[in-house]
Amino acid sequence: MQQQEFKMFEERKILSVSQIVNDVKVQLETQFQDIWVRGEISNFKTPSSGHSYFTLKDSDAQVRAVCFRMQRRLLKFRPQDGMDVIVHGSLSVYPPRGEFQLVVEFMEPVGPGALQLAFDQLKSRLKSEGLFEEVHKKSLPLLPSKIGIVTSSTGAAIQDILRVLSRRNDRLNILIFPTKVQGTGSAQQVARGIHYFNTREDIDVIIVTRGGGSLEDLWAFNEEEVARAIFDSDLPVISAVGHQVDFTIADFVADLRAPTPSAAAEIVSGTREDLCNRVEGLHQRSVQAIQLCLKDKREKLRKLASSRAFVDAESKLRFFLQRLDELQARLIQTIPSLIRGTRQKFTQQEQSLGQQIHFYLKNKKHALTTLSTQLQAFSPLAVLERGYAIVTGKDREIVRDPDHVEKGDTIGIRVERGEFRAKKI
Amino acid sequence: MEYKDFENALARLESIVGELEEGELALEKALKLFEEGIKISRFCSTKLDEAERKVEILLKDKKGELTEKAFQPEGEPSA
Repeated sequence: MQQQEFKMFEERKILSVSQIVNDVKVQLETQFQDIWVRGEISNFKTPSSGHSYFTLKDSDAQVRAVCFRMQRRLLKFRPQDGMDVIVHGSLSVYPPRGEFQLVVEFMEPVGPGALQLAFDQLKSRLKSEGLFEEVHKKSLPLLPSKIGIVTSSTGAAIQDILRVLSRRNDRLNILIFPTKVQGTGSAQQVARGIHYFNTREDIDVIIVTRGGGSLEDLWAFNEEEVARAIFDSDLPVISAVGHQVDFTIADFVADLRAPTPSAAAEIVSGTREDLCNRVEGLHQRSVQAIQLCLKDKREKLRKLASSRAFVDAESKLRFFLQRLDELQARLIQTIPSLIRGTRQKFTQQEQSLGQQIHFYLKNKKHALTTLSTQLQAFSPLAVLERGYAIVTGKDREIVRDPDHVEKGDTIGIRVERGEFRAKKI
Repeated sequence: MEYKDFENALARLESIVGELEEGELALEKALKLFEEGIKISRFCSTKLDEAERKVEILLKDKKGELTEKAFQPEGEPSA
């Protein structure tokens, strides 16, 4: 029925919705390629797909915008509602809803540069997470013996560091983890280097470094990945990125920021020199202290020794010694007289002894004379004088019994004036 | 007494020197501490002297594992 009515308009060209939307799509996408649009972000959302959807608006109009995941990941900063941005992309129509939208390829904030904004954003975010807090800062080892350096092996930074260490003649061992320090993938490499050194047993401290350059050149050290790696490091990390004036996110997270690579080398090698002085100083102080201690004890001893008690004792001792000397002298003096006396006594005794002996001998002589006279009286010779004879037998024995002599035996007869022999008849 | 840790040794040395400098110690104790102090200071000096500088760079070998090679300070990659 409807078809009947429409016959009135034979010239009408009827299009389907799909056709019209597709026509518009072709038109729009051809005409609005490679466009730059400035506006304010609102209603910014990133669902789990990772694509971001938002509205770009100004005071009078608005347009839907989408930033697919791949593109969004290239953005240095995080888009937020209210942000004034310039976007680059193209218009596209999404047929299912018949809406056109802006497909964003690139976006940069109006005002401060995108990098600066990204820097500020990451800095405030990590700060609020507490990554920069002093309590997390590890102290550097007093005496590092091996240092891990994450840097380019061909860069100025490593040469500066080695030059300083050579000049200071330090004995540090260096292990270099070579990385890109700018451009795509550099942040990941730097982070990997930090992780790697943490898996080793022999590294005492890590230096993350590169020479000077523009904000873009230094960008790897402003990336979250590097910041997290530094924060997660169990080893202390020194950051030394660019020149004195350059501050990077790495610097804020690091346990110590060295203003330049050379300064980092000074810091790690300087400690050894300081320590040598400190140990030497302590050594000297202990020697002085013990000397002082000994001197003090000696002084105390001297004081004690000269105390009243000792003086008294000593004077008493001296008195006794003197007394002893005196007595000794007196003793010595008495000796000659003692000897004299003794000798005198001896002489007397000697004399009296002589007399006694003399007397004794005289007595004995007298007794002897008497005795010999008496003896004379008993002598057999005296008997013979009186006319007796003594008869002796064979064996010169005195014969007292005539029966003891056999007939014919010779006998001896002794008379006063001699002896003669006879035979028994 | 073995101090494998330089930090601890140094801290001990400092406390010994502090105690000695107080000067209130009995002679025997003072001498004992002094002896220990001298030993530690010798240990520390040895530690400070012992290392020798070696500069190496990590390079990937054929198996893709990192190995250490002597580093040429001129920045030319070592063979």
